[in-house]
Amino acid sequence: MTTSTTPSKRGKRYTPDSHSFPTRPYDLFKEMVIAGVILLLLALALAAGFGSLDEKAITLQDWAKAAPFDVVATATGELAGTTSSAGYGPPYNNASDGQKLGPLSLQKWGGVRIPVDSAQDLVLTPLESGAPDAATKDALAAWKAAAADQQTAWATAYGDALAATPDGDPTTVAKGDYGPVPVMASSFLTLANSGGLEQLISPNSYGGDRTKQLLLLSDGSYLEDQARARSLGGDQWGMMNEAGNYPGQVWLGMMTFWYQIPALGGSDNGDALVWGATVIIVLAFLFLPFLPGLRAIPEKIPVYKLVWRDYYRRQKNKK
Amino acid sequence: MSAREDTAAEVVSPSRTSWTAWARYRITHTVPEGQWLPDRQPAYVASWIYVFGMATLVSLFIVIGSGVVLAIGGSEWWHTSNVGHYVNSVHLWSVEIFFAVMAIHLWGKFWMAAWRGGRALTWMTGMVALLAAVGTGFTGYLSQTNFDSQWIGAQAKDGLNSVGLGAWFNALNPAAALTLHIVVLPLAVGVIVIMHIILVRRHGVVPPIGAEEPTP
Repeated sequence: MTTSTTPSKRGKRYTPDSHSFPTRPYDLFKEMVIAGVILLLLALALAAGFGSLDEKAITLQDWAKAAPFDVVATATGELAGTTSSAGYGPPYNNASDGQKLGPLSLQKWGGVRIPVDSAQDLVLTPLESGAPDAATKDALAAWKAAAADQQTAWATAYGDALAATPDGDPTTVAKGDYGPVPVMASSFLTLANSGGLEQLISPNSYGGDRTKQLLLLSDGSYLEDQARARSLGGDQWGMMNEAGNYPGQVWLGMMTFWYQIPALGGSDNGDALVWGATVIIVLAFLFLPFLPGLRAIPEKIPVYKLVWRDYYRRQKNKK
Repeated sequence: MSAREDTAAEVVSPSRTSWTAWARYRITHTVPEGQWLPDRQPAYVASWIYVFGMATLVSLFIVIGSGVVLAIGGSEWWHTSNVGHYVNSVHLWSVEIFFAVMAIHLWGKFWMAAWRGGRALTWMTGMVALLAAVGTGFTGYLSQTNFDSQWIGAQAKDGLNSVGLGAWFNALNPAAALTLHIVVLPLAVGVIVIMHIILVRRHGVVPPIGAEEPTP
């Protein structure tokens, strides 16, 4: 086909109809099949060569055996109301308003849709339903008979005493007025060691919801210690990293980046601020065609001349 | 069928009364005749960068195919079976390939300013497909039922909860993550990708920057 081009009379930004240009053969189906075969072989080869990571999930029994003092400290913290989940706020409870994005209390507005009473659901209910021995029954009775202030005072004092020991060992705690808390925490550890704690915490032993078990595990330090040892902490680019040399969610880099900036990642409202920054970037990309300045970048930095170098060469030769 | 009905079937503008005629008109006129599956492209379509759109599509097919095999085996099959573990590895690496070629496709289109000439919606559906794919990948990681998914769930819950999303999507519920991962989000990605491809075929491949109207 012989064609020439004429200067557009519709303005600099006018883009002609692609269907009006001369054409050449282009076999889409052939391209699809060849690309499909190459990429399938590549995926099969990478899978055979590198496999995929599969580290066994940490059970509460694993936790109890590997870090028993952490279990005792966490159970005590749940009773004292000092753990992360106890003071979390929505969607678990009303202990706080949660994070804010500027003036927007988005976390609070989400509401308490997954109610969790950390002391009751994560410690007391399992102790009550786990065939407690006589000492545990007496301790639970004493706990229930006490006023809320007294309960908090006992658990807080015991938690502080545990923290004051070199390694959190309950047998080295200084004497004090801890009420029934030491017995309850010890019984809780026994329960976790037995392997039955998951079932006692979950309202539906046949279901797939692990909210309460994971909240409990996250309230301790063992899970995070394991993750940080694998370079998976938030400040270690852990959101997009994977343990070892496996590729992770690289595509979350645009969000992970903001966590590395102390003013955002280190803020009490860090997660909400990171969301805000990420949403701004995403919206900028989404509406790029309508944003003056940004949409002109490709015209200022002529990478496009590489893409269409044959076309421009032909046009130049014609002139 | 009567002669009158035959004539009616050839209407070129949407009927004001028949939903069927309106749908037929939309389907047949969304893409110019001959452009659904053309065997020719404009002469300026001559660069390796164009291959990455097709590469994104076929890698999505591989992701879906390996995911279907995993789904048949069940959510914990890959922990106990060597075959299952290999299929999971194929799924993982096909996802990595999918995002890699999609990133190249996206940046290629950015530097070509491919939203020109009424193609803004094509660009936007591509971006939405990317976001839906990110969500699909994320829920996949959450539904692994291993240490990785425990830690990702424990961390992700704080991010989701901080903006109220955690009240509606619980990152600590791997069963919910799995159903989203294998049904809802793939469906969303599929629909958006189809819309994207229809728009690409409707408008054709964007002409070079500065190109002028060809004349015979």
